[in-house]
Amino acid sequence: MTTLVRELAYSLRSAVEAFGAAQLFFLRVLAQTPRALLRPRLIIEQIHASGSQSLIIIMICGLFVGMVMALQGYDSLSRFGAEESLGGVAALALFRELGPVVTALLFSGRAGTSLASEIGLMRATEQLSAMEMMAVDPVQRVVVPRFLGGVISMPLLAAVFSAIGIFGAYLVGVGLAGVDQGAFWAQMQQSVDLFDDLLSGVIKSVVFGIAATFIAVFEGYNAMPTAEGVSRATTRTVVIGAIAVLILDFMLTAVMLEGV
Amino acid sequence: MSTPEPDLAVRIRGLCFSRGPNKIFDELDIDIPRGRVTSIMGPSGTGKSTLLGLITRQLVADRGSIVVNGNEIGELSRSELFRLRKRIGMLFQHGALLTDLSVYDNVAFPLREHTDLDERLIRHIVLSKLHAVGLRGAAPLMPSELSGGMARRVALARAIALDPDILIYDEPFVGLDPISMGVILRLVRRMNDALGLTSIVVSHDVQEIGTVADCSFLLSGGKVVAAGTPDELAENGSATVRQFMQGMADGPVPFHYPAPDYSAQLIGPGEE
Repeated sequence: MTTLVRELAYSLRSAVEAFGAAQLFFLRVLAQTPRALLRPRLIIEQIHASGSQSLIIIMICGLFVGMVMALQGYDSLSRFGAEESLGGVAALALFRELGPVVTALLFSGRAGTSLASEIGLMRATEQLSAMEMMAVDPVQRVVVPRFLGGVISMPLLAAVFSAIGIFGAYLVGVGLAGVDQGAFWAQMQQSVDLFDDLLSGVIKSVVFGIAATFIAVFEGYNAMPTAEGVSRATTRTVVIGAIAVLILDFMLTAVMLEGV
Repeated sequence: MSTPEPDLAVRIRGLCFSRGPNKIFDELDIDIPRGRVTSIMGPSGTGKSTLLGLITRQLVADRGSIVVNGNEIGELSRSELFRLRKRIGMLFQHGALLTDLSVYDNVAFPLREHTDLDERLIRHIVLSKLHAVGLRGAAPLMPSELSGGMARRVALARAIALDPDILIYDEPFVGLDPISMGVILRLVRRMNDALGLTSIVVSHDVQEIGTVADCSFLLSGGKVVAAGTPDELAENGSATVRQFMQGMADGPVPFHYPAPDYSAQLIGPGEE
């Protein structure tokens, strides 16, 4: 019993310590951001690595999520004779929830793991120490451009996901199920509010982008310099990233719907 | 800030450093003369690389004084430390080249980070440094295309890119074939003499380093157990020095890791 309590106390202490270390690291990243912005080329390279190279997976997933949603939506709506609302329902679901959340989960799995393992391996092969010895701050040179690249890429990827998702819903809804094309688009135009719906999705995707990318760079930078350490950092990136995105989604949704 | 004797590049006094319960250094004193090749030797696990980490403040000492180029490094701010590090080149055990950059870009890296030189001038400097290590022709290659010895020579070219005062080598001969080892050895001596550097070489390749070092320190048990020229060390009568210099399996550094009595362990309850 004493051992159990002691182990629980140790776990709690390490969790609090890790949380504190993450906050300090976040402040360090923020402090170095203005200087990193002076070298946009490094950030653009990372937007390419995290953003452009995630496009295929985001587009394929977006297409199928939109198609599945149209099938499910059509089935449910047709019970009430409201099939024509399919366009509005699909757009709202994609802009407000599915776009930002699914993109963040995919981003964490595709780009986050790549960032964590890359930085972790740089640590394991002494590349970060070599930079320190060349009087180059690795946080400024390696971490911040990757962080900014991820934060910029996430909302753009979420937008692509939602756009392709709507196209998928259109293909199934209009092409397969026979919903009227004019009604599909008109309903969408009528039900989607620029500020309430689109902006809330953009805010969510920015917040998720910050969370998912920060977790990846933090885990990679603090990985143990061994094969096991890098592997653990990569796994933690996906697990903690997914949990953080879903918890943040609940919190943001609760705040955004407060006025409703 | 204390003022060291002018002919010392590094002056260490009363250095103490522990890792958990293990005391790595206990009141260590070392003077590294300027303009010479100094080797730090000692059995594995004796803290040679740790000493380099402390000299460059990648690690922070528990107690004691380390003065590098006249700077008490424990008292430097981060920007002062970075300024000092620009005067120190370091060759890591396996080169530590940046794997996403070509050989050329690796050598150009410190120049691009710390100077405003135009690309034409950077090209001249990079090619001259690569020429000095015999790898001008390898400029377009990626680190993954290099052998271990070549990677270390590129890392050496990168380490001298900013024309440092002190060049530190962490186990530069590990895993090299005799030809590559000979090349690196010759470069250590040539760089030191041609560029007027102070070289600090951590190694346990006694014979090889003996051919280029001007003076050597032998570390064991957290202290310097012998110091002098390689010849003086070879003639030293101390059991620890003899065991190390002659590569004897057993001696003051025991063959067996500390363990309970063998027979008692064999008939014991079987716990690890």
